[in-house]
Amino acid sequence: MTRFRFLISVAAAALALATPVRALNVEVSDFKLANGMEVVVIPDHRAPVVTHMVWYRVGAADEQSGKSGLAHFFEHLMFKGTPTHPEGEFNRIVQINGGDDNAFTSTDYTAYYQRVAANRLDTMMALEADRMQNLTLTDAVVKPERDVVVEERRQTTENDPGRLLVEQVSAAMYTAHPYGRPIVGWMSEVTRLTGQDALDFYRAHYTPANAILVVAGDVTAEEVKRLAEKNYGPLKNTFIPSERLRTPEPDPIAARRVIMTDSRAATPSFQRSYLAVAAGRDPGLESEALDVLAEILGGGSQGRLYKELVVKQKIASAAGAWYSGEALDYGTFALAVSPANGASLATIESAIDAEIARISRDGPTADELAKARQRILDANVYALDSQFALARMFGAGLTTGSSISDIKGWDERIAKVSSEDVKAAAAATLKPERSVTATLSPKPAP
Amino acid sequence: MLKSLLRRVLPVLLLPLFILPAAAVTIQAVTTKSGLTAWLVEDHTIPLIAMNFAFAGGSASDPAGKEGAAHYLTGMLDEGAADMDSPTFQARRDELGMKLSFDDDQDRFTGSFQTLSRNRDAAFALLKAAVTAPHFAEEPMERVRQQFLTSVRDEGKDPGRLASLQFTAMALPGHPYARNDHGTEATIQAMTTADLRAAHQRLFTRRGMLISVVGDIDAATLGQKLDEAFGSLPDTEPPAPPPEATVASGPALKLIGMDMPQSLILFGGPGLLRKDQDFIPAYVMNQILGGSGLGSRLSTVVREKNGLTYGIDTGLLPLRRAGYFIGSFSTRNEKAGEAMALVRQELARMAQDGPTQQELDQAKTYLTGSYALRFDSNAKIAAQLLAIQQDNLGIDYINRRNSLVEAVTMDQVKEQAKRLLHPDQLLLSVVGRPKGL
Repeated sequence: MTRFRFLISVAAAALALATPVRALNVEVSDFKLANGMEVVVIPDHRAPVVTHMVWYRVGAADEQSGKSGLAHFFEHLMFKGTPTHPEGEFNRIVQINGGDDNAFTSTDYTAYYQRVAANRLDTMMALEADRMQNLTLTDAVVKPERDVVVEERRQTTENDPGRLLVEQVSAAMYTAHPYGRPIVGWMSEVTRLTGQDALDFYRAHYTPANAILVVAGDVTAEEVKRLAEKNYGPLKNTFIPSERLRTPEPDPIAARRVIMTDSRAATPSFQRSYLAVAAGRDPGLESEALDVLAEILGGGSQGRLYKELVVKQKIASAAGAWYSGEALDYGTFALAVSPANGASLATIESAIDAEIARISRDGPTADELAKARQRILDANVYALDSQFALARMFGAGLTTGSSISDIKGWDERIAKVSSEDVKAAAAATLKPERSVTATLSPKPAP
Repeated sequence: MLKSLLRRVLPVLLLPLFILPAAAVTIQAVTTKSGLTAWLVEDHTIPLIAMNFAFAGGSASDPAGKEGAAHYLTGMLDEGAADMDSPTFQARRDELGMKLSFDDDQDRFTGSFQTLSRNRDAAFALLKAAVTAPHFAEEPMERVRQQFLTSVRDEGKDPGRLASLQFTAMALPGHPYARNDHGTEATIQAMTTADLRAAHQRLFTRRGMLISVVGDIDAATLGQKLDEAFGSLPDTEPPAPPPEATVASGPALKLIGMDMPQSLILFGGPGLLRKDQDFIPAYVMNQILGGSGLGSRLSTVVREKNGLTYGIDTGLLPLRRAGYFIGSFSTRNEKAGEAMALVRQELARMAQDGPTQQELDQAKTYLTGSYALRFDSNAKIAAQLLAIQQDNLGIDYINRRNSLVEAVTMDQVKEQAKRLLHPDQLLLSVVGRPKGL
């Protein structure tokens, strides 16, 4: 969920999934300001540009029950003004400095960023520091913005059966943990959020010790330190962040099914999600093994699912798998298939079950393992070409339980994953009782 | 309050942005032994090379009844080539960690290629196989057919795709640009190997080919690699561009009824070509009216003040032989009429009075200052260089571009607003169940 859409919105195609980029051989500095605000600097001197991000350790899973959508709604409200920079000024100052800005909210973090000429970093920091503590909200700005968020929910979710399905899958996956709530909020709750809710949320979560500054681009660590101490250093903590405790998910005991029909779906689709370990909570190599497993099962045209279902059996036009461990409490391992040549969803499911049984029983071949690891490592090199991707990698990792050394050491851990690790991770994760199986079928319009 | 604020903010506004992309981007024009030309930005900081290239014809040259041929071709070039069948080719590509993809639009057939430096030679060899000796064998042909059939069926229910096809059909009736460049179920079902061979022959010619390269490679090596990859392509005449066409004016409204809570509304009319001497003033005007992001007039009124949409933007869409002005937003069905009335009101206000001096200054500062953001990665620079070549703007354009924006006057912007914004003559293409339109 972002503050505004991009002109050319790229639909999040369920099958076109990138390998998560993390890690690598980059020079990263990190330190803390006296008030506890963490700072990460990733120099890239190729262009005179910086990416300035402030990440807060708060997301949709930190909302109180009944207030779904509040973290994201609040993200929108952060642009509404302070006594020093009243409404519209934030945007105006970023623009006259030639900057682009936006913000985004996940289950576990909220981040605000500007991309701007390197010599404007000071100005951007002054703006972010100001709104970390001095935001003012009136009904005159809160109410239209709530309408905007409701329109966002309609546009991104309710207008799109594929996205509605994803929402239903999460709701079915989590019986107790708040990851079952949509980030944008349920319509019944998001329409009732108030300015007071937003201010309460602000006071409970926004303080320097709960924030991480990430700067990537044409800067040095010394320069960032000087500017951060000047702009963020004077901020006093209004509270001390406590551990983020959410209701744990009880041990899963029942396979679940989501069966959806929608007249707006043109073709049927199949997907299955499994409750998996979160990268930041994994003391061993299980999450890396799941990265490798996803590549072996679903890595583009080299994946087993593509070779078996699309090329050999000709029952699908696309088939993929992915693992997402970038969350504080739980990760997800998922598979998705588009049927072809009139194959039924039941046929697809049998074929998927057969592949899951095979990998859980036998593990990967040595050749498959070596090539999958190499593809993951090679793909990661491309992250070096984007200061935004690098900044995002560190911000998301640090707000979801990983450390700088965890993030930087990911490559090395991927290289260590063995066939046994993959087999064990598959056997532990790909169990029916950890799964939600979902189908979306077209329905003739009434 | 406001005055003191302005005083505080103005000094910032007056600071020039000293660092322009010109400082960071040095383009070498490379001519190979076989006579290919390319633009190169050499940068050895990271071990990657990015290349974008374009052939001179696109989907507008698909023969009648073969709509979707160029698009089908984009999916078949990595499905077996030279001495490799499809699985062998793809295994090799993925072992090398190289990225290779093809795309088409109405005017161009484009390729995007990225490789790790250490696999450079092998990656260029594989590229050569894909562009000069693709197989179009039966097995991948049928498999890819299923993929395109699925996607064209999905697009048949996709509000964005439906609205935009309907809009082009209204804007340029009967013109090749108004066809569905992805084809139809019928044309995809009927596509043959011979059709793809013909499309490959028609489009893949050295004449008019454009190439941009950024990253870890020097000019001499690049020359050799380009000759290896593309040197054996024929030097035949590319397909002729379609006839120049004028975009229709409204008022006109077409609706595709679909049960969903919001209506998607596209509005627009005639725009201008990229080569039009007033393109930059019109671009600045559009930035103030409905440029991307927040803060434009339309975004302020329709989103910020009235909460009627998650986002509204307008843009100039210059194809090679026709140009549109087009805007889009989604709003709840019952508010469609109200939101569209606000849009018309803002178009009228801009056409009548133009922007304020402050709006114009701010837009210019933003556009010149943010230009550098397009040049902060190899892949982005390669894409920019190709676009500049396609638009025929000259190898010094990056250095000139900000002064072109700076030079735009209030009179020019007002003139372009009058020329382009006609709230009573809009083409409206809508999907949903709108009320009050």
